[in-house]
Amino acid sequence: MHELSIAHSLVTTATDALDAERASGSDPLGRVKAVHLRLGRLAGVVRDALEFCYDLVTEDTLLAGSQLVIHDIDVVVFCNACQAERTLPGIQRFRCPECDKPTGDIRHGRELELEYIELE
Amino acid sequence: MHPRILEVRRNLLKKNDELARDLRGRFLSDGLFVVNLVSGPGTGKTALLRRTLGELLNRGYRPIALVGDLATDNDARRLAESGAPVRQITTDGVCHLEADMVARHLAEWSPGPADFLFIENVGNLVCPASYDLGESLRVVLLSVTDGEDKPLKYPKLFNTADVAIVTKADLAEACEFDRAAAEANIHDVRPGMQIFSTSAKTGVGFDAWLAFLIDQRTACGLPVRDERPFVSQP
Ligand SMILES: Nc1nc2c(ncn2[C@@H]2O[C@H](COP(=O)(O)OP(=O)(O)O)[C@@H](O)[C@H]2O)c(=O)[nH]1
Ligand SMILES: [Mg+2]
Ligand SMILES: [Zn+2]
Repeated sequence: MHELSIAHSLVTTATDALDAERASGSDPLGRVKAVHLRLGRLAGVVRDALEFCYDLVTEDTLLAGSQLVIHDIDVVVFCNACQAERTLPGIQRFRCPECDKPTGDIRHGRELELEYIELE
Repeated sequence: MHPRILEVRRNLLKKNDELARDLRGRFLSDGLFVVNLVSGPGTGKTALLRRTLGELLNRGYRPIALVGDLATDNDARRLAESGAPVRQITTDGVCHLEADMVARHLAEWSPGPADFLFIENVGNLVCPASYDLGESLRVVLLSVTDGEDKPLKYPKLFNTADVAIVTKADLAEACEFDRAAAEANIHDVRPGMQIFSTSAKTGVGFDAWLAFLIDQRTACGLPVRDERPFVSQP
């Protein structure tokens, strides 16, 4: 399980962003309400496990008491035969859902990205 | 103070990815071709690696190895029997290796000049897939005793590898291993991936595997070594 280390890196990344914002002399920052994460289905991170350790890992940090909002991102591949991006229904079959040609040209689905922070 | 949104848009593995990219550049400029071996526990990483190290030494190369292990040093001892320099990375329970562990261990180690570095990852089918170690080649192993559907159960591990090896070929018949099904499953999650078949016990398949390794190293622009036998210490 590496979700715990992913959660720690989420805290560090968010804290760095908040510190940078504060240092840039913006308006005083309110309490963190929510943290939005883009999570690709091919990121190799188990959603439940990440949610499970979020409260524990954010304790005594700027994110304490905030909510983790996870946005699942489907796997999108480029099909050379169709010359089009196609969304895959799962992650076990890398074939174009339209024409059934194999394709490993992954355009989305690996995301593990802190997208934005919601402040009060 | 009013409610607002702070845009961040940052990959959580950015630190690891950046360090891995630096390492890859450094390895290649040092003439070092780096291979990361990933699979579940017991698939045959250590056995494959031990034989690979020995065969490369015989062909005049200077391979070295790092081995990640949760607690014990059994694998490091088995690998050192090949005669190649080996160093253990004890992860103390961490289920995968990260680029900074590799960097730290290499900084404290002077194995002498080398042309191949093999990294045996911690036996785990999930976590190692997410961490780039600066390797030029990621190899995923599947043993004939594993079951043909492993790639479908752990698609990410197979999807992020460059090449697959089906290990323990000597046991294939006894296990009624369905090679065509296993290869079809691998290709479902990773279209077109090259697949080798080896037995660390009998040596079957090693000529093709070694030729591939040496080719890949050369393809990275690293100098070729002439194939003279290595003279070992008396
Ligand atoms: N028959 C046979 N057994 C093997 C082969 N490779 C590994 N094994 C056995 O499988 C077990 C696990 O192998 P090991 O290399 O330790 O796997 P690892 O956990 O992936 O490093 C050991 O008992 C090995 O002796 C092989 O090619 N043939
Ligand atoms: Mg091992
Ligand atoms: Zn198509």
